[in-house]
Amino acid sequence: MRELSLNVMDIAQNSISAGAELIVIDVCEEPEADGMTIRISDDGVGMTAEQAARVTDPFFTTRTTRKVGLGVPLFKMEAEMTGGSFEVVSTKGVGTTITANFVPSHVDMIPLGDINSTVLLLITCNEDRNFVFHHRIHSREFTLDTRELRAVLGNEVRLNSSEVTEWIKGYLSEQTQFIKEESTDEVFSGTSGDQG
Amino acid sequence: MKSLAELQAIRDRARGQVILRENNDNAIRVLVGMATCGIAAGARPVLNAMVEEVAKRGLSNVTVTQTGCIGICQFEPVVEIVTPGQEKVTYVKMTPEKAVRVVNDHLVNGNVVTEYTIGANS
Repeated sequence: MRELSLNVMDIAQNSISAGAELIVIDVCEEPEADGMTIRISDDGVGMTAEQAARVTDPFFTTRTTRKVGLGVPLFKMEAEMTGGSFEVVSTKGVGTTITANFVPSHVDMIPLGDINSTVLLLITCNEDRNFVFHHRIHSREFTLDTRELRAVLGNEVRLNSSEVTEWIKGYLSEQTQFIKEESTDEVFSGTSGDQG
Repeated sequence: MKSLAELQAIRDRARGQVILRENNDNAIRVLVGMATCGIAAGARPVLNAMVEEVAKRGLSNVTVTQTGCIGICQFEPVVEIVTPGQEKVTYVKMTPEKAVRVVNDHLVNGNVVTEYTIGANS
């Protein structure tokens, strides 16, 4: 994958397949501590201990069509090759949480990329699910919770109507701009180029 | 700054309109392959272009959704178009530019873009 945000999209698809009603995507960047954490948690069907232990094995999949499943193993590899770590916690009937820790200064670090595009597409293409997106850079953060949007919009307007999609897009880019402002003062400017 | 008040305004405007929901029986479905293979091959910009172009054209009878891997990973990004009563059309090796053309030619005007289909590329 060229961007970690594409992995997020891929992992979130697993949550959708698992029948999750709420999917929480959490990106925490700590430029000073040279760390970044991406966490995706859901309230889907979950996995048994045996399944959870084997999910990072590329030759394990619950699909019957093929013998390989590369999404989770790829994400794990991308975290570990920066010197980071990876964890899957799952409880049958409760849900699954995947946590990947990265060391951004490492030469093998893949840029986060366009995470807002991932979030927007997940929300608008899965109108029947709820998403919470939380992004923090050092001390600044923002949250987008589709349950709050629905509370305002009521039943008349859908989240994937073009006006609402535009609003979400604008909100995500404004908030991202805001949380990036402070950190760019402190961190070397080399990290500011990966917006696209 | 975007505020929830703007959303409220969107809702109030929608309330003022009479919404004619098209019957879903004759809805066209656009399925974009968004499994690991599709995403790695560039499906996200394709899906994005599809959603934006369909919205721009105001095609209320078209739903754009994602699907998993359909087993032809070498042809990703793959887009399938399912029209009730017609044979399914499978577009392969898609790009955002091709996606815009498929929306305009196929979805709007009903002409299959044969050169992008799996039949012309395998």
